Amino acid sequence: MTDETKSHRALRLGVAGPVGTGKSSVIATICRQLRDEFALGVVTNDIYTDEDTRFLKSAGVLPEERIRAVETGACPHTAIRDDVTMNLMAVEDMERDFAPLDIVLVESGGDNLTATFSPALVDAQLFVLDVAGGGDVARKGGPGIARADLLVINKIDLGPHVDVDVDRMVADAEAARHGAPVLALSRHRPETVAALCDWVRAIHGSWANGSHTPIDPGPMAPHHHGPKDDHTHAHGHSHPHHHPHD
Amino acid sequence: MDGAGGSAALLLLSDGRLPAGGYAHSGGLEPAVTAGRVTDMSDLERFLVGREETAGLIAAAFSAAACERSRRGELFEIPALEAELDARIPSSELRRISRELGRQLRRAMSAVHPHPHYDALGAAPHQPVVMGVAAASLDLSPRDMALAILHETNADAAAAAAKVLRVDPFDVHAILARMATRLDRLAGEAARAAQGPSADLPAPGSPLADIAAEHHRRADVRLFAS
Repeated sequence: MTDETKSHRALRLGVAGPVGTGKSSVIATICRQLRDEFALGVVTNDIYTDEDTRFLKSAGVLPEERIRAVETGACPHTAIRDDVTMNLMAVEDMERDFAPLDIVLVESGGDNLTATFSPALVDAQLFVLDVAGGGDVARKGGPGIARADLLVINKIDLGPHVDVDVDRMVADAEAARHGAPVLALSRHRPETVAALCDWVRAIHGSWANGSHTPIDPGPMAPHHHGPKDDHTHAHGHSHPHHHPHD
Repeated sequence: MDGAGGSAALLLLSDGRLPAGGYAHSGGLEPAVTAGRVTDMSDLERFLVGREETAGLIAAAFSAAACERSRRGELFEIPALEAELDARIPSSELRRISRELGRQLRRAMSAVHPHPHYDALGAAPHQPVVMGVAAASLDLSPRDMALAILHETNADAAAAAAKVLRVDPFDVHAILARMATRLDRLAGEAARAAQGPSADLPAPGSPLADIAAEHHRRADVRLFAS
């Protein structure tokens, strides 16, 4: 038997976003709300500790054995994009051990704005920002913000306390995404949680009926240019550019 | 028996960018630094030399032996090879990691360059064994394989050094350059041993590395898985 032996394949859903925006909390919410509707598993990517796994296990949202940690050697972006083997095996092991699973959620280790999942690992991904990170973050854009299947703007109840106009931030995000879905979320506002669950149901439905096409939000490597740098990008031509680097 | 495979395949297999999850490990360097046993460049050099002469030589000899057996089609020898390797790794944590890395490497190589021999390995084969089988599938020689794994042994720990120590990366690579002839010698030693019986493969030990690996598993905060 080899490890890629096909067992029941679940929808693999990535949850990415910068440190502290509430990825674990979003996953806990999804598990709590949907565990009676779908058979779920969670794979976390940890940078220094197994803190995310401990949080999810202590939250009691799923049986402990359905939450597993991948240690990424301080390179969480590598583990979800350049070298997905550890995560792929963690997902495949879980699909085999708890077959049949409906959805495996893969939490990226919190990284910067450019870390997105490879379609080689996940079928769909949501990108999590929060209002406390600053109202201008959504406007800055970047591959996850612009092209993840769903952009979540989390902790909207904190908006007034951090001087962020939530409606404005959502509008900025919608503009950056050319109309792709943006969800303003607070776990203290049940209607927003319901909207998150509806999105998960919809993506699972379209994945299950074959109408969902995994997309690649794009390359993530952050890079720096000197003033005279006239370098060539992967798409084969050089051009002057002014894109933001986080 | 010399492999007719070219050098390019050897470079493919020994490149740390091969997507098989190896980058998550420091080769025991992080626990050695945490414990205060490696604090500067001369400590690092002693650590790397010690590791190559012990764990490195064992991995090289076993991967060369697996390559030799796989080239001959003698896969029935693999379980004995696995048992002999288990006996040379006292730490249960290091045995687990070796098998985990082996599974990862097989998962990657089965997609990169499929070969029926991968199916014949057990559920969780040791990493050097999978490396040897991969080398044979690319028509590489046991000595090539030994050299690749010795290079990888050094490269993993050297890459980790920049994250767990205050280093000048040029100094780290200067150590690797000084060790080059040592690696060639060890590769020859490993390849010669691989021609003989599995039970006679080299068995040097480094007890402190085994103990450190067990401590590392229990650490609350760490950058690397090992």
